[in-house]
Amino acid sequence: MSAQVHALVERTYRHESRRVLATLIRYLGDFDLAEEALHDAFMAAVDQWPREGIPDNPRAWLVTAGRFKAIDRLRRRARFDASLDTLAERLDEAPRGMGDPADVEAVEDDRLRLIFTCCHPALTASAQVALTLREVCGLTTEQIAHAFLTRPATVAQRIVRAKAKIRDAGIPYQVPEATELSERLESVLSVIYLVFNEGYAASMGERATRGELAEEGVRLGRLLLGLLPDPEVMGLLALMLLHEARRGSRTSMAGEPVLLADQDRRLWDRDMIAEGRALIGRAFATGEVGGYTLQAAIAAVHAGAASAEQTDWARIVGLYDVLAQASPSPIVELNRAVAVAMRDGPEAGLFLVDALLARGELVDYRLAHAARADLCRRLGDDERARCAYQRALDLSEQQPERAFLERRLAELDGIGVSETTTPHPEGGDGASRP
Amino acid sequence: MKYLCLVYSDEELLHSLPESPRDEECLAYAESVQESGRLIAGEALAPVQTATTVRVRTGKTTVTDGPFAETKEQLAGFYMVEARDLNEALTIAAGIPAARVGSIEVRPVRQLDVPARPVAAGKRG
Repeated sequence: MSAQVHALVERTYRHESRRVLATLIRYLGDFDLAEEALHDAFMAAVDQWPREGIPDNPRAWLVTAGRFKAIDRLRRRARFDASLDTLAERLDEAPRGMGDPADVEAVEDDRLRLIFTCCHPALTASAQVALTLREVCGLTTEQIAHAFLTRPATVAQRIVRAKAKIRDAGIPYQVPEATELSERLESVLSVIYLVFNEGYAASMGERATRGELAEEGVRLGRLLLGLLPDPEVMGLLALMLLHEARRGSRTSMAGEPVLLADQDRRLWDRDMIAEGRALIGRAFATGEVGGYTLQAAIAAVHAGAASAEQTDWARIVGLYDVLAQASPSPIVELNRAVAVAMRDGPEAGLFLVDALLARGELVDYRLAHAARADLCRRLGDDERARCAYQRALDLSEQQPERAFLERRLAELDGIGVSETTTPHPEGGDGASRP
Repeated sequence: MKYLCLVYSDEELLHSLPESPRDEECLAYAESVQESGRLIAGEALAPVQTATTVRVRTGKTTVTDGPFAETKEQLAGFYMVEARDLNEALTIAAGIPAARVGSIEVRPVRQLDVPARPVAAGKRG
């Protein structure tokens, strides 16, 4: 019984902790106090649920428990700082006017409040992303640091400073008013896409696909679309759906990544693809085509192809050309280079990849080296392929991906022969950042 | 004539040198100038990490973290405003005509950290 309750508390933590946190921040008006309250609430659940039974609405129970724990904490600290006593009393009286913690709609609004607050333009872009991944998605600073090729201490400092600025500069906990909404949207979109990516191609850990985070990204996209039918929200949601549609085919039974070219296309989720296509149509119909919509259009070309060989690579290269204009980035160029290799042959692709690597921005990006390795292998240059695979392997911390790269290296040494290709951004690792 | 006295300092050093003023001393001086009838307004500012800069160019407002005035920009004026939160303050800042050619740094006022004193009844500042 107790073990079952523990499992339930753990599951509740995974599914509800971020929602509970978002609501607690609204109640308590402070990120740090809300995080402590969240922790206390779950500790109380571990203690009380086995004895008293599982509450009908665990989320509402946790919000209420968290609020009382926060008031207790403030009262204890009030011995040293009298002003906290007033705050504790205000919080004690507040909930009547603050809505029912069981109210699903209010809770969803809290998540959106949290997102817009974390993505406030008065915070640096890197702080927005770090804070959203930490607070909205509950990632650890280590995971965030890895996703952004930086050190955990740097991320932790960013988060501490961002929270201090929210508190000290008076950044409000609210969804912006209609007049400000579109301006504030850009940073929110980039953050949501990064969240989705973290779930879609988690850069660290045992599993290559952390489905819940990808679903979270899609869910945030839908929520945002409901609030603001902006063409780029449609584009972003379409992009996420078209990537998510391939989830079932992206990993082998052994948990290794399966490249786009080798995926069983019968496993792709046709409903998600149809929904993604419809959204792209709606976005194009507005006449305002942005970076996310273009990426979604590229994903839709893949989704519509019967096989890798039958893919319209010329159209994909063309879309990348427009994308490189709309939102220039070395990763877009890398993806374009791989598409060029598919259209014109590996030599043309390798020329572009080498030029990109020579510029230095992608020197530590594992997929750039994996792409290079694959092109060298296809050209029959085993020695250079081996070096590039090794470099990709050195940079990869994701276990299934490492296994995959090790197998490719072994194949070059003549142990087992395969006709399959290697992970590269366009070829199958999927969601790549603009 | 009215004059604006601007306080500049190295934030790291302002509170840590032997000569550094304590908040009580700052408040006492402000009160003495006030009693002489010559103080119009005076406030301490929150640290520079709380700063946000607003610029309006070609009708579009950009908001950025930090006090990033161009080095060739000089202080040209100030508004002290009462706002509900940073968003409202930023909206007011974006409306300042000079935001179209310069930068408006928005920084919260800091409450001086002094022990509460009994308020003398009937006394007016």
